[in-house]
Amino acid sequence: MILPGPPVTGPIQGKFGDGLIFTNVDLVLNWARKSSLWPMTFGLACCAIEMMAAGGTRFDWDRFGMIPRGTPRQSDLMIVAGTVTLKMATRLKRLYEQMAEPKYVLSMGSCANNGGPYWRHGYHVLKGVDEVVPVDVYVPGCPPRPEALLYGVMKLQEMIMEDRVLRRRQPSLGSLAGAQMAPEAVK
Amino acid sequence: MSSLAPVRESWDPEALDVDEMILNMGPQHPSTHGVLRLELKTDGEIVKAVRPHIGYLHRCFEKHCENVDYPGVLPYTDRLDYCAAMGNTLGFALAMEKMLGIEPGPYVNTIRVLMAELQRIASHAVAVGTYGMDLGAFTPFLHLLRDREKILDLFEWTCGARLLYNYNWVGGVSHDLPEGFLKACRGMIREYEAMTHPKLVELLIGNKIFIKRTAGVGVCSPELAISHDLTGPNLRGCGLPRDLRKDHPYSGYEQYDFQVALGTGQYGPLGSCFDRNWVRVVEMAESARIIHQALDKLEKMEKADVHEKVPKRVKPAKGEVYFRSEAPRGQLGYYVVSDGGINPYRVKVKSPCFTAMSVFHRLARGLYIADIIALLGSLDIVLGEIDR
Amino acid sequence: MTPQEIHDALKARFGEAILSFDEKALDPWALVKPEAIAEVAAFVKAEPALGFDNLMCLSAVDWPKETPPRLDVVYHLYSYKHDHTFVLKVQVPRDNPRVPTVEGTWGVANWHEREAFDLYGVVFDGHSDLRRILLPDDWQGHPLRKDWEDPELYNGMRVKPTPQMAERYAAGEKIGVGPFDFTPPNLPLEQS
Repeated sequence: MILPGPPVTGPIQGKFGDGLIFTNVDLVLNWARKSSLWPMTFGLACCAIEMMAAGGTRFDWDRFGMIPRGTPRQSDLMIVAGTVTLKMATRLKRLYEQMAEPKYVLSMGSCANNGGPYWRHGYHVLKGVDEVVPVDVYVPGCPPRPEALLYGVMKLQEMIMEDRVLRRRQPSLGSLAGAQMAPEAVK
Repeated sequence: MSSLAPVRESWDPEALDVDEMILNMGPQHPSTHGVLRLELKTDGEIVKAVRPHIGYLHRCFEKHCENVDYPGVLPYTDRLDYCAAMGNTLGFALAMEKMLGIEPGPYVNTIRVLMAELQRIASHAVAVGTYGMDLGAFTPFLHLLRDREKILDLFEWTCGARLLYNYNWVGGVSHDLPEGFLKACRGMIREYEAMTHPKLVELLIGNKIFIKRTAGVGVCSPELAISHDLTGPNLRGCGLPRDLRKDHPYSGYEQYDFQVALGTGQYGPLGSCFDRNWVRVVEMAESARIIHQALDKLEKMEKADVHEKVPKRVKPAKGEVYFRSEAPRGQLGYYVVSDGGINPYRVKVKSPCFTAMSVFHRLARGLYIADIIALLGSLDIVLGEIDR
Repeated sequence: MTPQEIHDALKARFGEAILSFDEKALDPWALVKPEAIAEVAAFVKAEPALGFDNLMCLSAVDWPKETPPRLDVVYHLYSYKHDHTFVLKVQVPRDNPRVPTVEGTWGVANWHEREAFDLYGVVFDGHSDLRRILLPDDWQGHPLRKDWEDPELYNGMRVKPTPQMAERYAAGEKIGVGPFDFTPPNLPLEQS
């Protein structure tokens, strides 16, 4: 098991052979979290088909440790793939609140980023999912290629590795980030 | 189901029987093929009544159409039935060509037919694959998706996009076929016919569990199908041999030799989920036949300019047109009203999945909850088209 | 049957209720009085020579600039028995659009009419379940009408088109966690 980061030195380093590894808690927790991101399948529209293709055999996301879970209670990542309408936004916020910490949101496709091609005359389209939930990674495209989605996931993994679990000084990720949430609104 | 009169059902929670309950299969569900909400009134596991709620993907397509010009409508039509985008743009392009009186040449028509049939295979691959996945059979999905990726590679080679192409323009197509396309396509279709199609039939369609779960579930009579405007594989699964490619051919479909796939009721009453799925599987093989013929034609034909008949400005006279084409999911109808301006005045899309959902509550009475999933998958709905 | 023959059959049966006939259009259509549409629908389905057993499409079209301002409801019919098509139109005043329902004739009209009600406000008398189908139940107004204005908020969410992300970022708003970062994730080891 190779963990990134500087080796911890000290008087007991190397005294116990290969069976013992010294590292810090942040690294281990972040490594574990990034290597088993379980997405909640939140496919709404066309991007859902590309998300399915990303889960298929050619672009396989299983090698990243991602197993799609149908329920928010058992998932850590919500990939909002597709257009969010106003009718759906309340349900989206409710599902986001049902996820357990630590949770991350990846906005896939232009519709989820900022309304996409429907930004102008879409009276029923939410102009960007970051109006209701805080977003960590935005993946542009209409629809983004499965490789683009995987790149977005890799970026998220990088961000997770930079997270500081025990010695957090400022909110860094996910629901604790300073991203704007539409406050008074969506009950 | 002998009466076709509208059903009046009470959904008041206070008026439930002692052993009834109202369950919600919410908009986010692994098996609802998109954001569809089903309200089920169940007596334990048996469903007494279903009320589908749609509109979770209403993206104001018709409002956008009134504010962009006619060629600008085409990318929006792509996004209606996103699993079969070639068919949507083809329908709108043909509607505008009918209105303007443009007749594209044989080269463009053959390309259009080739792309439409490739798209039909890809779309049915998603339909049948996800249907198997809903019922628990995961492997056919992977096989079909592998072949679908090959088809998407061909599309990407031609026009640059994997899923939403904006390919069929009014009067032509956007990109000509690249060098070597015909050979690659021929090879891919041969691989499909030799490898994937028999495997699909063996793994899924001939599978005893699949047959037991689908034959006899959700039987739809032809009268109910016609009254609720079921079209496409759903109608042919009830035994009616109606296919727009044969009845009212467009784009030169009359020159191709293919059979209309029909449900035969081989494992149960005619019009069940199995029959609809069977029609889709047979249609995939028939599309492969059409593709072979189209490739033969293209090899002999000399290349023409695909933008030859594309008008510089699409400005039809005041009037209206209704045109229907055979999309993979059924008859896709476009009703375009023009007031003589640059933008359409009104574009209404009659989507086949919308009408298929309208019959859902009739077919679902008395089924188990697991059969509801089977029924929903067999109607092959795409919410982008229902909600527009 | 040709459209002219279909129209003659309708005229013979309903006389005054068939107001006009346009045979030069690409899809010939007949204008029907709103009150009579339910009987006309039942007749065209039941009559053996006509046999219109399929309603292909039901659409509403808004004409606010006509005199008088009106809403059209257009019925595209098809017969599986005889393989012919026809179009019926109904014109109702824009401020009180009421049309009898044809739900009893074609089952699919149930949903088509709900959509016309939802997006245009056409009220179908006799409909078994006339409520909104695409928009949320508490939506105000009928958006596909030509005089529709986007409201500011719907339940606290912004409805009008918002400034795009680049403009928002340029205006100093902190979007997400930081500025767009395009560095590739797989840098060589010595640089990380």
